[in-house]
Amino acid sequence: MKEIVVISGKGGTGKTSLTASFAYLGGEDVIVADCDVDAADMHLLLEPDFEEKEDFYSGELAYIKQDQCIRCGKCAKVCRYDAILTIHNVFTVDSLSCEGCGYCARICPTNAIINRKPIAGTWYISNIKTGSIMVHAKLGIGADNSGKLVAKVKAEAKEIAEDEFKDYVIVDGSPGIGCPVVSSLSGASFVVIVTEPSVSGLHDLKRVYELIQKFKIKAGCLINKSDINPKLTEEIETFLRIENIEHIANLPYDEDFTKAMTNGQTIVEYSNGHLKEMIDKSWNKIKQLVTNN
Amino acid sequence: MKIAIASGKGGTGKTTLSSNLASYLAEHREVVLTDMDVEEPNSGLFIQADLKHEEDKFKMVPQWVEDKCTLCGICQKVCNFHAVIQLGTMIMVLPELCHGCYACSELCPESALPMIPKKMGKLIEFRSDNLHFIESRLDIGEEQAVPLIRQTRNYIDKTFPDEVIKIYDAPPGTSCPVIEVTKDADFVILITEPTPFGFHDLKLAVETMRKLDKSFGVVINRDGIGNNDVMDYSEAEKIPLLAKIPNDRIIAEFYSKGQLIYKEVPAFRHELDGIIAYIKTLKDLKQ
Ligand code: SF4
Ligand code: SF4
Ligand code: SF4
Ligand code: SF4
Repeated sequence: MKEIVVISGKGGTGKTSLTASFAYLGGEDVIVADCDVDAADMHLLLEPDFEEKEDFYSGELAYIKQDQCIRCGKCAKVCRYDAILTIHNVFTVDSLSCEGCGYCARICPTNAIINRKPIAGTWYISNIKTGSIMVHAKLGIGADNSGKLVAKVKAEAKEIAEDEFKDYVIVDGSPGIGCPVVSSLSGASFVVIVTEPSVSGLHDLKRVYELIQKFKIKAGCLINKSDINPKLTEEIETFLRIENIEHIANLPYDEDFTKAMTNGQTIVEYSNGHLKEMIDKSWNKIKQLVTNN
Repeated sequence: MKIAIASGKGGTGKTTLSSNLASYLAEHREVVLTDMDVEEPNSGLFIQADLKHEEDKFKMVPQWVEDKCTLCGICQKVCNFHAVIQLGTMIMVLPELCHGCYACSELCPESALPMIPKKMGKLIEFRSDNLHFIESRLDIGEEQAVPLIRQTRNYIDKTFPDEVIKIYDAPPGTSCPVIEVTKDADFVILITEPTPFGFHDLKLAVETMRKLDKSFGVVINRDGIGNNDVMDYSEAEKIPLLAKIPNDRIIAEFYSKGQLIYKEVPAFRHELDGIIAYIKTLKDLKQ
């Protein structure tokens, strides 16, 4: 079983549309994991049935039991996040600022502070229209630990793939370079970077590749909207050559990306022409690269 | 006045809007534009300005002092983030996981874990006439954006007086980094695309802003693609629709080259005028 992670650094490059297309082409062989838990959109294309659902608890949140509090103010003094609010000498916890470090509860002289485990999100196992299974999640608002939810989604997807002898897990990764991406990347067999020829696209490609190198994972790159700025496309291609990143394909700027999405379809379902053919080829190339790896 | 520009999903035009709005406003008044997307700061690619100031940003993490340690094990027990662990006769600190809460350091009976600064990123300040531009950039390998965002906010509050307009380019999503940026904003602009993805993520962003009790409005980018869901929703939810930026390949091309769009595309400038007019009414309400 191979794990293919699709990431983009910057948003709006068409990453999710392409990942969903690969999942569609892969059909029953591919278990899908939507690890872009902050803005999980894959379910809008793959018709999941939300068959199984489970809440995800993570981290801690301090809570002050007022009847036990003697208002000594110690908790407010040790909290480094200004999460203890003092209003008219009543101490309460600002749940959006609390990091859940647990320090206040440890030093409260009357044990008035307890730590609660908040729901950080919900995750689902669904049957999808490709004939396969998708693991996906919804992160709670303002929740910390999206990295842990990503790890959970990936672990579940992997387990299902192993139990059912599937060839691939395809992961729609998170943006940025922080903990959710780190969780998305860890354990991957191959990374597909989707980028676009804009100054920010190239900038983010370089940054995210620096992170990938830390994991020593082999990477390939798809340049989407490549005809928007041919000069920058060339620059990206040069970068790929120098860094020894596989250049998978250049895709054109095509309104079919949004039209397919608006129809609730993957691009390969919606478009029959040249674009479908190119995505087909890209998927075959990715499979080949993963196998040779 | 602080205005945060946010979006549920990335790539909806947040950076385009913030860099153009800030530059346009700066033609007549002092503006501070801050790129708070510390994981992927991009606004700077669109702003031409002179470097004014640069400083490394640090977070505090514990450092083990072997001679003083009696291996009592308290530090490992009190760290909720598994950032201090005891391995045999060694105490190991994992700085990437440390949230800097000081618990281990202050609860260590032997004072064997003093907190020391560790570099996590950099803050850079540029200036071009009326426009101040600040970018904070997280070092690769650092996993937590929030401490750097917090320090950047503090820097801005300290450096610029209240009457200067401050524009924050927020990171994408609805999790902790976004909250940290929008927390003290007076107004939040949510930018989205009229597509199913854009619509879905907008709803999450709206939910977040309501939870934070923020005043906010919506800007539709690439108007003309997709469908009417975003428009209908904004209307039904009585969310002010501040602007509709047309879908135009020309805009994408200027963007790809790192050029400011309002200077080239009058229709785009017209939409910015609409946003500014709206923001002005807000200010009047407040005074
Ligand atoms: S430390 Fe405990 S007793 Fe003291 S103010 Fe805080 S909650 Fe109340
Ligand atoms: S758990 Fe930590 S962050 Fe939360 S209130 Fe207590 S000391 Fe502050
Ligand atoms: S709490 Fe202090 S003395 Fe105890 S094991 Fe940790 S470092 Fe050593
Ligand atoms: S400062 Fe807090 S988070 Fe960091 S290692 Fe110590 S207990 Fe853990």
